[in-house]
Amino acid sequence: MTDHLLVATGLSAGYDDTEILHGLDLTVPPGRITVIVGANACGKSTFLRTLSRLISPSKGQVLLDGKSIHRTPSRDLARTLGLLPQSPIAPEGITVADLVSRGRHPHQSLFSRWTRQDDEAVDSALSATKTFELAERPVDELSGGQRQRVWIAMALAQQTDILLLDEPTTFLDINHQIEVLDLLTDLNRTRGTTVVMVLHDLNLAARYADHLVALAEGRVHVSGTPEAVLTEDTVRHVFGLESRVITDPTSGRPIMLPIGRHRMAASTDTAREPSSKEKNA
Amino acid sequence: MTAHSSTINAVIANRRGRTRRYAVVLSVLLVLVVAVFAVTLAVGQSVTPPGDVLRVLLGEEVAGASFSVGQLRLPRAVLSILAGLCFGLGGVAFQVMLRNPLASPDIIGITSGAGAAAVFAIVVLSMSGPIVSVFAIVAGLGVALLVYGLSFRNGVAGTRLILVGIGVSAMLQSVIAYILQSAPAWSLQEAMRWLTGSVNGAKLDQALPLLFALLFFGGVLLSRSRDLEALRLGDDMAAALGTRVSRTRMLVIVAAVGLIASATAATGPIAFVAFLSGPIAGRIVRNDGSLLIPSALTGAVLVLAADYVGQHLLPGRYPVGVVTGALGAPYLIYLIIRVNRIGGSL
Repeated sequence: MTDHLLVATGLSAGYDDTEILHGLDLTVPPGRITVIVGANACGKSTFLRTLSRLISPSKGQVLLDGKSIHRTPSRDLARTLGLLPQSPIAPEGITVADLVSRGRHPHQSLFSRWTRQDDEAVDSALSATKTFELAERPVDELSGGQRQRVWIAMALAQQTDILLLDEPTTFLDINHQIEVLDLLTDLNRTRGTTVVMVLHDLNLAARYADHLVALAEGRVHVSGTPEAVLTEDTVRHVFGLESRVITDPTSGRPIMLPIGRHRMAASTDTAREPSSKEKNA
Repeated sequence: MTAHSSTINAVIANRRGRTRRYAVVLSVLLVLVVAVFAVTLAVGQSVTPPGDVLRVLLGEEVAGASFSVGQLRLPRAVLSILAGLCFGLGGVAFQVMLRNPLASPDIIGITSGAGAAAVFAIVVLSMSGPIVSVFAIVAGLGVALLVYGLSFRNGVAGTRLILVGIGVSAMLQSVIAYILQSAPAWSLQEAMRWLTGSVNGAKLDQALPLLFALLFFGGVLLSRSRDLEALRLGDDMAAALGTRVSRTRMLVIVAAVGLIASATAATGPIAFVAFLSGPIAGRIVRNDGSLLIPSALTGAVLVLAADYVGQHLLPGRYPVGVVTGALGAPYLIYLIIRVNRIGGSL
């Protein structure tokens, strides 16, 4: 596995006249899982879209192995850099196997036929995501978690060394969120795929990231190991929230507990008074 | 290892199944086009034996058949096929690109724009021949640009584009009616041609410019068929798969407008063929392959069959557009109700 280097330098970008990113720098560690977190409207989605050339930067550039991605031929780029957008569309009635095979798009052309390599890529994507049993089912009949696994399978069939994902766990139940993040970790471990994703949940981000990046107001506020990044100071600066950060006993990673105005126990051993409903249950 | 080889065999079988079903659909549609074409040549007011039809097609002089088949039925059938192919192809290209069956050129005003320009060129400027098609294509592109521009706000939202298009279409329809009104010497038949579309009085030399437009613009569209398939997954996903989205979209718009406008200049806006062909083809093909060619063939069958019905199977004679209009309107109502309820796509 070759380790491609994805670097953003002095990146400014936005929509129309509104600049959302203001001179952002980031080097994506090859072969690792990088997770981007931040408050709503801090530019994390815009950043991921600029990294994957969906948006052209107004200043600065995104370099893949030293070459600007906005000057690389689209199809060449799509063989190295994959993206799972936030809301891809599954054509009505399409089956899982059909959808996953569409990940082979950048490896084919108008006149090239299917090769053994294409079939192998689809097969291994279906197996890796445990969607093989679903192959003949229409995508619109699947549960949210299954559907997200299918989309990841499609991105895998594209066989890119770098995979960007925009909030891959949104709208999923917590068990499916864990399933998707475990799956992405498997891919990173077994294939060496560089994963870059935006996540909403700070604690899941800290648990699954090798490299955690906290954005605030269109800039990188702090980046590094989850232990170094997820601190009470960071949460205060990025989210404007008071919190306590402790160590998660199961993963050993930092975990953030928000402090609000209500429901604060005077001390940790004072149990909450159970409601009458719970007593009856 | 055995597990692996069995799964890859399943993957291969699955893919071959799609390819085979697609080939079957294409063949069936092709046979259907040829069959309906043959029937319209052989059966009219009188029945011409197949042997005679063939001899006329090969250029022989056949008493009692040369005129009815060679002069009346053949030009009509050829023009019907070509117009149907153009409408079917141009319509589905828009529907797939904008991921909405309502985004068909005859709903969003492109057909009426081309029609209005053609009527203006013929009635007011006394033009004729290929220059009318050029006029229609330019106007069609202009309307496409106008509708696109009017519905643009932080990107084009499908519903806004369709509503703007319906409004623009209504305006252009009234332009057509106005021009026809102010031309007193105009025959009812000609008026019908520009209001609903008709292949009455077709001549073979009308077919040639249409054939060139079909080959050129159709070729451009087919060369983009893979990228159109990618666009069905959403603009972002298409870009991630290596499609240059805005370039593809521009090429597709120009080519589809070229097809629609050329056909409209030849036959008038045959109602709802562009709108109906794609969804019908979609029902048959499902997701087994690109909808472009199936939809083109469906368009050809629709126009040929609808013209035949209008000529021979109804009491009195009706131009083809009246028949396709009667087919298309209920489907439009059904679609609006359905989209309203679930917000579907093609």
